[in-house]
Amino acid sequence: MNDVRFMIDGKECLGKPGQTIVEAAKANGVYIPVLCHFEGLKPVGSCRICTVRVGGRFMAACTQPLIEGMAVENTAPDLEDMRKSLIEMLFVEGNHLCPSCEKSGNCELQALAYRYQVLAPRFPYLWPRRDIDASAPLLMLDGNRCIQCLRCVRACRAKDGRKVFAAVDRSRRVKIEVDKKLAAHLSEDQARRAMDICPVGAILRKETGFAVPIGRRKYDAVPIGSDVEKGTGR
Amino acid sequence: MSKPVIATASLAGCFGCHMSLLDIDERILGLIDLVEFNKSPIDDIKTFTKPVDVGLIEGGCCNSENVEVLRSFRKNCKVLVSVGECAIMGGLPAMRNGIPIRECLEEAYLNSPSVDPEDRTIPNDEDLPIILDKVYPCHEVVKIDHFLPGCPPSADLIWEAVTALVEGRPLQLTYDLIKFD
Ligand code: SF4
Ligand code: SF4
Repeated sequence: MNDVRFMIDGKECLGKPGQTIVEAAKANGVYIPVLCHFEGLKPVGSCRICTVRVGGRFMAACTQPLIEGMAVENTAPDLEDMRKSLIEMLFVEGNHLCPSCEKSGNCELQALAYRYQVLAPRFPYLWPRRDIDASAPLLMLDGNRCIQCLRCVRACRAKDGRKVFAAVDRSRRVKIEVDKKLAAHLSEDQARRAMDICPVGAILRKETGFAVPIGRRKYDAVPIGSDVEKGTGR
Repeated sequence: MSKPVIATASLAGCFGCHMSLLDIDERILGLIDLVEFNKSPIDDIKTFTKPVDVGLIEGGCCNSENVEVLRSFRKNCKVLVSVGECAIMGGLPAMRNGIPIRECLEEAYLNSPSVDPEDRTIPNDEDLPIILDKVYPCHEVVKIDHFLPGCPPSADLIWEAVTALVEGRPLQLTYDLIKFD
């Protein structure tokens, strides 16, 4: 099939039919931030960090397929500020105490806050009361840091296909719970994958924290998205 | 010409941010040439004696005294800076924020295994500041002009910010300086 021609912020790009804007942008060395999306999972477009503007309309770049000739706005100041405000909302609606968090330095939410220079949120902190479930032998689930991206729900399955994590309740009260029976039999690989699929420090593999020293963690030296911009992204 | 004046305070913090300020190594000699310190635990001046150009606040507000000090800084300082995670978002003291204040006090003074069984009382002397329902970030109490994240913020970040503010140039917050831990 023929390539699809499109533009991002005036830059001429080529993509494949059926590709989403996020995927095609990446292939052209343009970073569009994502948080609820993870390569290989079916995108759901729930966090809206990837919002772009096409023909005056906002859309989630992780779910929107390319259309021939589309002109995508990605870094307009109002779009970037809206993304920044989404990051700030995620910080105030949970309890994110980065100095004591095992994921610090490797956390995608924190890395986005660094990239967007979130120094202090414009919204008041909500201090919700959230639970910690450390009952699984290999994993700890800390609701204080969960951003309800549902990456774990979509990605983590037992051998028979049953879901290890599930979202309980709705809206402001939604929380992630782990199936205790399935969690009791997770393999080392499955536990590791669950921790890696979580963009924040809500799912942690027990007994492995703080292994990498400060200065050598994923986002200590380079902003999130730099690999895409250099054309070395996954 | 008189030198720019700096004041500092530690509210609900651990003094780590002040330590980080001292961690600027030999630049501290340059700092003394550049500025004059007023109210601050560093020189032990207890009350403002002149108008201050830059106020540095470590720690958030966990009691009535913190609020009082913070308000007096806002009144006396042209520019007020939240230094560190505790000032910016409450930090570790804010781990109590989801827990009702009564539960916190009962745990600390009545039920904890290290409490003397003969002396189970929640302190309530009229000279003690009143503890707040939760720990508040400084910018939820007064207007804050700049934020220096980090636990503590690196000496380089504090140096960059203080020199920029007294010289009246914009802060250069490069990627390596912005860290939350
Ligand atoms: S999950 Fe990320 S943002 Fe939240 S406390 Fe941990 S490092 Fe900070
Ligand atoms: S636990 Fe992690 S992966 Fe699962 S919904 Fe929460 S933030 Fe997302």
